[in-house]
Amino acid sequence: MTTNAATIERSDSSAMGLAIAMLAGVFLLMASGIAQATVLHDAAHDQRHAMAFPCH
Amino acid sequence: MTKNLLTSAVLAGVAAGLIAALLQFTFVISHLMEGELYETGERIHFATDGSTQSDRIQPSIGTDFARHGMTLAFNMITYTGYGLILLALMVFANGKGHGITPRIGLIWGVAGFVAVQLAPGIGQPPGLPGTIGSEVGPRQAWWAMTIIVTAIALALIAFSKRWTALLSVPLLLAPHLIGAPYLDTYFGVAPPELSARFAALSFGTALAGWSSLGFLCAWFWTKADAA
Repeated sequence: MTTNAATIERSDSSAMGLAIAMLAGVFLLMASGIAQATVLHDAAHDQRHAMAFPCH
Repeated sequence: MTKNLLTSAVLAGVAAGLIAALLQFTFVISHLMEGELYETGERIHFATDGSTQSDRIQPSIGTDFARHGMTLAFNMITYTGYGLILLALMVFANGKGHGITPRIGLIWGVAGFVAVQLAPGIGQPPGLPGTIGSEVGPRQAWWAMTIIVTAIALALIAFSKRWTALLSVPLLLAPHLIGAPYLDTYFGVAPPELSARFAALSFGTALAGWSSLGFLCAWFWTKADAA
């Protein structure tokens, strides 16, 4: 019983961990590759070209 | 687990971003800056006298440390972003019984390059500054769709048993049969050789960056997991 509860809890938290990591990754990529704000766009300009983001 | 995952992906992303940026400074940025000379009209390739010759002289990348510092910083952010997604997928596969070693991580990294750079790059090659493209929304949609579909196809090749791996073939082809959005006019002002070289150098440095990313994600993860 205790073991089952622990197992379930761990698989829940690992699914949550994977989701957090994926969302954080997408968030960073939106900032570095896609966001249109001029300051962000100009600062990231060379990198966006080199990494072929479709940003404009 | 979550802490190890986030820490490993960030360390790997920062290191891979540094490697990618150094390679870009060595190979890519001088070509990008040469392209900017045509974008701004400082150099003209297709001159009105009908001549299509112009000198091949790459500018030095110079000492604009603010500009290049931003390129370094944003490479680290980009590779950390990709690293978080890549390592999350590796850990997910690990939960299904597929081991993580730095060597396997290297394969994940190359697969990431194929899905994220090569496949969308076939339809939308890395472009010099000043490249005129079609409307950005549909191009972003095609780009994102191509990455997801190609990643699923590669996962089928890597993990599926027997004939289901064949489903990867139509998935790999679909984005290219649909085709990336494009304009019905050529607008390029830079020499075609320069554009081609820029695209090839971008792919080369991205392959090095992605290979490093996959290797390092697995390396940091196995270190953190053992500790």
